[in-house]
Amino acid sequence: MDAETLAVFRAETEGLVETLEERLLALQATPEDRELIDGVFRDLHTLKGTGAMFGREDIAGFLHDFESAFEAVRSGAAEVDAPLVAISLRARDHVAALLEAEGAPGGEAILADLARHLGKEAGAEEGFALDLGEPPPAAGAGPWQLTFKLPADTLVLGGKPELVLAELRELGATRLRARIRDVPPLPLLDAAELHLGWEVELPAEVSEDAIRDVFLFHEQGLELTLARAEGAPPPAQPAPETSISPAEPAPEGPTAAAQPRPAPAAPPSAAEPRDASAAAPAAKPSAHMRVPAERLDDMMDRVGELVLAEARLVDIVARSGDPSLVAVTEDIQRLTAAMRDTTMSIRMTPISTITGRFRRLVHDLTSKLGKRIAFVAEGEETELDKTVVERLTEPLMHIIRNAADHGLEEPSGRAAAGKEETGTITLSARYSGAEVLISLSDDGRGLNREAIRARATARGLLGEGAEPADEELFGLIFAPGFSTAAEVTELSGRGVGMDVVKRTIDGLRGAIEVTSRPGEGTSVTLRLPLTLAIIDGLLIEVAGERFVLPLAAVDEIVELPEALAEPGARGNAFLDIRDSLVPFLRLRQLLQSSGVPGPHQKVIVVTSADGRVGLVVDRIIGSNQTVIKQLSPLHAGVKTFSGATILGDGAVALILDVPQLVARGRLEADGREAA
Amino acid sequence: MSKHTPARHGMDLAGDMVTFRLSGEVLAVPAAQLREVLEPVQTTRVPGAPQFVSGLVNVRGSVVPLADLRVPLRMPHPGGAEVSRDAADDARILVLELPLAGQASVVGVLADSVHEVTRLAPEALEEIPAVGTRWPPRYVAALGRWAGEFVTIPDLPAIFADFLAGEAGNSHRPGEAGNSHRPGAPAAGPHTDAEG
Repeated sequence: MDAETLAVFRAETEGLVETLEERLLALQATPEDRELIDGVFRDLHTLKGTGAMFGREDIAGFLHDFESAFEAVRSGAAEVDAPLVAISLRARDHVAALLEAEGAPGGEAILADLARHLGKEAGAEEGFALDLGEPPPAAGAGPWQLTFKLPADTLVLGGKPELVLAELRELGATRLRARIRDVPPLPLLDAAELHLGWEVELPAEVSEDAIRDVFLFHEQGLELTLARAEGAPPPAQPAPETSISPAEPAPEGPTAAAQPRPAPAAPPSAAEPRDASAAAPAAKPSAHMRVPAERLDDMMDRVGELVLAEARLVDIVARSGDPSLVAVTEDIQRLTAAMRDTTMSIRMTPISTITGRFRRLVHDLTSKLGKRIAFVAEGEETELDKTVVERLTEPLMHIIRNAADHGLEEPSGRAAAGKEETGTITLSARYSGAEVLISLSDDGRGLNREAIRARATARGLLGEGAEPADEELFGLIFAPGFSTAAEVTELSGRGVGMDVVKRTIDGLRGAIEVTSRPGEGTSVTLRLPLTLAIIDGLLIEVAGERFVLPLAAVDEIVELPEALAEPGARGNAFLDIRDSLVPFLRLRQLLQSSGVPGPHQKVIVVTSADGRVGLVVDRIIGSNQTVIKQLSPLHAGVKTFSGATILGDGAVALILDVPQLVARGRLEADGREAA
Repeated sequence: MSKHTPARHGMDLAGDMVTFRLSGEVLAVPAAQLREVLEPVQTTRVPGAPQFVSGLVNVRGSVVPLADLRVPLRMPHPGGAEVSRDAADDARILVLELPLAGQASVVGVLADSVHEVTRLAPEALEEIPAVGTRWPPRYVAALGRWAGEFVTIPDLPAIFADFLAGEAGNSHRPGEAGNSHRPGAPAAGPHTDAEG
């Protein structure tokens, strides 16, 4: 496979493998759901077909039995149960592994398990599942007579008729004959076109669906007739029971001679099979596109340059004053702004892109731990920059694993505590001011306060006899190596990897909060600033320098009273806003700006962890869309800023980190008091 | 004087070099590290940042820290950390690609003027003389000669690594480590006795 083909193959199969996993997990909850069953079957079949089409017979071969198993389910002859889903999930993983590296091991064990589950001995490989659950052929029904002709451009499009024939042979096709009557005389023969048709006889016990599925990839322009032979030799051109051609919809309803066919939920109307299975997203022309992340980054960079070029253009045009040039420039400004917005929105990814992995993890943990666990996700539509979302996966998996392993009780323990036997782990995401809050809560036994305290004291994380608040104490479980020893079993796992969580969240400039009630459960909340993302910013000016404040942190803006314009002798600076005292900080001092403030300074009241705080600035410029750029490691020591952005005129402006700024202002005020 | 070409920190000193002027001295950096040369652009002050990297500039849509080599090399800088106003017409920013904390990073370096990309013949590259230089020797990779003038090749990896480790630049005067010729200091080794 050349690189380009390989890329196409990968993109196609990766999507299928993903939807397959989603559907299998959903199927576990609603095993009766016909749409899901059809979807799973279709995914399996398409994967198999795609594999075969790209010459990956290993994948096609491996999936064959699973396809058959689900075909039985689809035809109503078998049911979906938990073991089948579990084995299928393993199969899905194996296919993912095969896609990663050809010849990945482990497939045979999975097939053996499947066979065992289906009550068959492993080894009965060839088509053993085909008769599995097939309804016995109706009495009197003869073998199938199939006549088909693939579209003329099949070969050009990379189709392989020989694979179709091979599949038919697997179904037990006999008397396979080619029809050569459409082959043109030699001078007119185009070797790239397919002129052959075929006539095939198939055993009576094969289901109609099984036959039609062979042609899943050749529906466009396919000519096909399929009829029962009725024991008698078929007429030369048999009256079709169902005739299929793209131009004329298949007449539904079997003739008197026809055998009632197994009733799938959506009878595959072969004329327009894609629409018939509208429930299966994979079958629809996808509304989504997979794009390498680097291309988005590149695009963002280009847009950044475009904005700069535009700013220069605006400058020149303002000087020239040519009206037609002004009009064009305004158009370009409008387009650039729209382009910038669109590009930014492309980078935003909803949390739902990673929750699938958590569902899978919980599913795996359920069987591994022998507990009954439900996973609920709320606010999955909450969007974060894709980089943040990706970096969150690992920490969230850690927290879920810990909650399932140590937070939730055994079913018996839950019953004894008067709880439902099924424990619940809830992931909820929501915006809060300039932050995104992601909480993972379980309804388990809660953290053991005393055990944590003892452990923290033993580790020297806590002084003897200290009585820390819950918040502080529970935060200690994220300390590195907090519980490497297994003596406090309930806690042991909570320490493992939890420092990794802390490190990642620190890296994203976030914070972790833990709340827990004995017997009721534990909740871990990650507070993530919208760094690496795009925020609505408030552009302000202090001593001629511009800064950006996250607009979401801003409560209100008031004028600084003249009496307070100059830093006075009094250490405490409070504003009286509607009868409540709001302390304020002068950004001129915090930012070591030079010069003297003019009149009419403004106070921006922000909400911080410790309540409302006012920030005194010289001037409010306005709000703007702010792409946050991370500061270089050279500025890692500067905590007051969460990043920088590029303004419309190309200048760089720093983004103020409100919690850090307020903390620092407080520190400096304390320092002054102490001095 | 040793004839061999010092190539510390993987710097290929024998390749093309870009020569530029800073505070009256001629400096050079490997051309392979140079991404582009910019005319002075609006610099954003970073309050609270060390003087060595006190500013940020916009380089084609990226926010890039602007470093002032005069701070670690202890050269006089008349106009603070910004581009010297008196040299404004010729002043440039060298946009360099350097590894910072193990990651490929882009850093802007101030220059009063940029001369040319040239090849300094290996013989022209000399190890740091023991006396007669006022730069912290550990920050100087080599000395050379170009157009009749001495050329200093600063050891950028060492300068930035020290800064990131909190040794240099955090104070307005970089630590005295450069002067003291500690035996461990890389550049000082062969010359330690000569100074005493």
